[in-house]
Amino acid sequence: MDLKDLYRDIIVDHNRHPRNFREIPDADCRADGFNPLCGDKLTVFVKLDGGRISDVSFNGSGCAISIASASLLTESVKGRTVPEAEVLFSQMHQLLTRDDVDIDVTSLGKLGALSGVREFPARVKCASLCWHTLDAALHQQQQVSTE
Amino acid sequence: MNAVHAVAGSSTALDVASIRCDFPVLERTLRGLPLSYLDNAASSQRPRAVIDAMSRYYETSHANVHRGVHTLSQEATDLFEGAREKVRRFINAKSTKEIIFVRGTTEAINLVAQSYGRPTFGPGDEILISWLEHHANIVPWQMLCQQTGATLKVAPITQSGEVDFDAFAALLSPRTKLVALAHVSNALGTVIPVRRFVASARTRGVPVLLDGAQAVPHMPVDVQALECDFYAFSGHKMCGPTGIGVLYGRESLLSAMPPWQGGGDMILAVSFEKTVYNGLPYKFEAGTPDIAGAIGLGAAIDYLETLGMERIAAAEQALLAYATEQLATVPGLRFVGTAAEKAAVVSFTIDRVHPHDLGTILDHEGVAIRTGHHCAMPVMDFFGLPATARASFAFYNTRAEIDRLVAALHTAREMLG
Repeated sequence: MDLKDLYRDIIVDHNRHPRNFREIPDADCRADGFNPLCGDKLTVFVKLDGGRISDVSFNGSGCAISIASASLLTESVKGRTVPEAEVLFSQMHQLLTRDDVDIDVTSLGKLGALSGVREFPARVKCASLCWHTLDAALHQQQQVSTE
Repeated sequence: MNAVHAVAGSSTALDVASIRCDFPVLERTLRGLPLSYLDNAASSQRPRAVIDAMSRYYETSHANVHRGVHTLSQEATDLFEGAREKVRRFINAKSTKEIIFVRGTTEAINLVAQSYGRPTFGPGDEILISWLEHHANIVPWQMLCQQTGATLKVAPITQSGEVDFDAFAALLSPRTKLVALAHVSNALGTVIPVRRFVASARTRGVPVLLDGAQAVPHMPVDVQALECDFYAFSGHKMCGPTGIGVLYGRESLLSAMPPWQGGGDMILAVSFEKTVYNGLPYKFEAGTPDIAGAIGLGAAIDYLETLGMERIAAAEQALLAYATEQLATVPGLRFVGTAAEKAAVVSFTIDRVHPHDLGTILDHEGVAIRTGHHCAMPVMDFFGLPATARASFAFYNTRAEIDRLVAALHTAREMLG
């Protein structure tokens, strides 16, 4: 277990220069995520075009892991359909929490950089906060659309 | 018993190298590095004397207390009540009737809220606290307010993290039914000059509860000199076990308060028509108590008294001064809480490095600190921070450990800054 497994160059870069760190004023759905243990607060914004995520962004404050994870999330789900994003959520959940499941890290692209988080159990929630927040945003939208 | 750990030729300084040998956990290494335990405000470590006292009790004398006529029950009762007397003497209470064993500071404050406040407080009444309280000295009062219709008033703090005395005094009114204040802030280390606050409240006839969780481990505390009405503290922050703490209460107030929980030990006679409650302090100790915890707390008091609270305070103040001086050399470091009088607690942030990342990186270097809101979210809100990093020292810490803290902070800045 090396600190460099956690703070890989890509993580450090996305923490220093988070991508899509902005509000989408006319977002179709948004949700707030909060980790009371460490005070991380994120808001995820989603713009939908049909069933596809045409734009996604976030803002808020948090540790390097939560900011980098959110930044990577926005890059990786933009352009995907909602079900595709949900599959990715489930794969990320496994990547972060299950050491008994073989995940094809290469298929996750840059998100694979978060695989080291698993070795630091106290930090798993930091990395998963943005994914739970995205999930909440998308479900909120589904609930709204079914009413 | 414990050796006296004074440096030869000095009547004031502690022999830290010798003291460290008393704490088995300090021999631990993490990833090949020695442990630097700088999270003492969250919980201190235990000397072998405490661990041994509890083991010895379980191995030789355990039975239930206040019940049996057999030898073990008598021994257990003597040890348990002996611990109560040690606590009484340690904080200079008048009588052991004023020493209630509880699970910790949190339970002590809840006891006062529910037994002192709930039966008598009502709409229009006010409870006055300060902005720098631990959640344990906020939430029980909020719950009491919901139950009784009373109102919670909060005295503001200054940018240095001190309670604004004038604002506090201005908030005292004929409606104030109780003042509840920290003696030492857990998040910032501020030592509140409580005698001034207590005097101000008592001249208006308002009783005062002091949350002493962060004070009792680090300085001599005399509840009669403080003139407070209630004083709460925990064993585990003063080298004692978890799960045991103390509520001191002025006898006249405790006598008038109804029991908090019902059960065995708090009664003299029970029938279905009528129950006669036991006297103090047992009225507030329903059920089998944490006997081993109380004995361990008594052993912790013996240990601290052998070192001497004055000398402990001096050693910790020297560590605080050194840490403050060394941390000031770290670029981008900002102290949070700069009161003139502080316990050995340093809360800080570092530009562009989140406290949570600091905690992980420091842990990797063998340095244990607390990061987060320190169960004092209003304090964090006041300073506009989601979290801080907090190093808190005990008398067994060394300058070398502070040097390792500072070196690890440089590492963190290089990685993430």
